Amino acid sequence: MTALLDVREMARHYGAIRAVDGVSFAVQPGEILGVIGPNGSGKTTLFNAILGQVRPTAGQVIFEERDITGLSPLLLARRGIGRTFQSLQVFGGLSVRDNLIAAGQEFRGGRAGRLFAAPDAGLGARAEEIIALFRLGPVAALRAGGLSYGQQKLVDIAMAFMAGPRLVLLDEPCAGVNPALIEELMELLLRLNRAHGGSFVVIEHNMDFVMRLCGRVICMAEGRILAEGAPAAVQADRAVLEAYLGA
Amino acid sequence: MTRWLALAAGVAALVALPAGLKGYGVYLLSLWCVYVIAGMGLNLTVGYAGQISLGQAGFLGIGAYSAAILLQAGVPFLAVLPASALLCFVVGLLLGFPALRVQHHYLAFATLGFNMLVFLVARNEQWLTGGTFGLNNIPRPMILGWRFANRVDFYHLLLAAMLAMAALMAWLLRSPWGRAFAALRDNPIRAESVGIDTTFYTLMAFAIGAAYAGVAGVFFACLVGFIDPAPFGVSISLSMLLMVIAGGAGRFFGPALGAVVVVLLPEWLRFAQDWYLAIFGFAIVAMMVWLPGGLLSLPDRVRGRA
Ligand SMILES: Nc1ncnc2c1ncn2[C@@H]1O[C@H](COP(=O)(O)OP(=O)(O)OP(=O)(O)O)[C@@H](O)[C@H]1O
Ligand SMILES: [Mg+2]
Repeated sequence: MTALLDVREMARHYGAIRAVDGVSFAVQPGEILGVIGPNGSGKTTLFNAILGQVRPTAGQVIFEERDITGLSPLLLARRGIGRTFQSLQVFGGLSVRDNLIAAGQEFRGGRAGRLFAAPDAGLGARAEEIIALFRLGPVAALRAGGLSYGQQKLVDIAMAFMAGPRLVLLDEPCAGVNPALIEELMELLLRLNRAHGGSFVVIEHNMDFVMRLCGRVICMAEGRILAEGAPAAVQADRAVLEAYLGA
Repeated sequence: MTRWLALAAGVAALVALPAGLKGYGVYLLSLWCVYVIAGMGLNLTVGYAGQISLGQAGFLGIGAYSAAILLQAGVPFLAVLPASALLCFVVGLLLGFPALRVQHHYLAFATLGFNMLVFLVARNEQWLTGGTFGLNNIPRPMILGWRFANRVDFYHLLLAAMLAMAALMAWLLRSPWGRAFAALRDNPIRAESVGIDTTFYTLMAFAIGAAYAGVAGVFFACLVGFIDPAPFGVSISLSMLLMVIAGGAGRFFGPALGAVVVVLLPEWLRFAQDWYLAIFGFAIVAMMVWLPGGLLSLPDRVRGRA
């Protein structure tokens, strides 16, 4: 089986700081891959280098057998890669529903056509579907910028799924979200994975979440991969225990 | 419903207003309409798409001069209007494209330089613009055999144009494009990550805003009948920017209020003579410090406190 995403020898240096320093891994279609590691180990930088947010110092990224190294976030979105951000990134002035439609509208028809399209760009039903899935109904008409941190986080994640991406990269989806919602989020991601074959890469510090959600885990430390394998094996790994989980 | 009633009442008042005004009052009211049209365009660029443009008066000038030249050449008004708007749109694209490719805040510099260039061309290229003497005897519009020569008739035509431009703007802002404008203003990084081409939409907001200034310029030329470079200088661009900010950037009715401030306040403050610019300037600075959301944000603020 050819990999959906293939990252080869990815590196991103900031002067003398080797934030990411030769990381290789692959994501198979339908897989949920976890990325763990201590603060500052380069997880977010790895995402940013893959997703065109920063230019890689070295390395290559292959998505669906095509080289996407260094493509802009815009082009990657068009290729079918969705993402969420570690820090909140929603359109604060727009309603939750408009946030979702904004996240999907550019994937429908041409730009000129959209100028004359219905205000909801024909995405009203799709937005309702996502709103129901993420249980955002009660806040759908409210301004996203006025919601609680956890709710905004949920909107951020929901946006990544609006356009039906073939791969989604999530950077700490659980951070700042209450435990009940985390449970829901996990069920949701599992459902999207099983029912729709969604493939995800998830950075997360919540080990319980990672253990139950991910089929495979890589642990990063100081810009490199420390261990890789089944969640239980990585969790029990001596080096991982020393560098991250602590004994 | 009450909103529509209020709107209808406002329009009715604007239609009836000239009855109670002398010639100069009608002129000021007409000038207000011109600035509202140009201000709506600038509000799109600044308030909705989150860019800084310091050249709106330059586009106003291009609209006015092109209209003067074409009208004097006998081109019908209904052809001049779209032609001048299109000219400004295209110039907007040519100006914005290179600037936005480099960096979004370059637009501020590019528009500033552009406005200076327009002013210099207007002043120095006598064969085209009449230089400092300007162009005069610009005819009032003739539409389908009806000449809007009378002050009040012309004002009503201008008012109709302003309302049409406002309706067009409302429709644009409600379209998916309007959502894209708001998205790129709120969070350009997130916008790109969901496939919104921020460069394209910024360029469009800017060029459409320029076209609005073009339309305003055409009516300005017909209103005053004589144009010289003075009303198209950088300082006018600045006061237009302040007008958008004063009214409330990103608020639909912001420019309508801002234009009142910019057009009428200097008149009312005339007793202050040379001091009025200083008073006006101080008021604007005070507002940006204490009321950054503009005058239209006052009700929200009061409600928020209560
Ligand atoms: N723009 C930058 N300039 C300089 N150094 C940077 C920059 N961005 C990240 N770094 C450094 O790169 C290293 C990796 O940071 P990164 O944000 O990728 O870590 P992380 O694994 O996501 O951490 P966390 O779990 O806290 O989110 C850190 O040492 C950080 O200080
Ligand atoms: Mg991080």
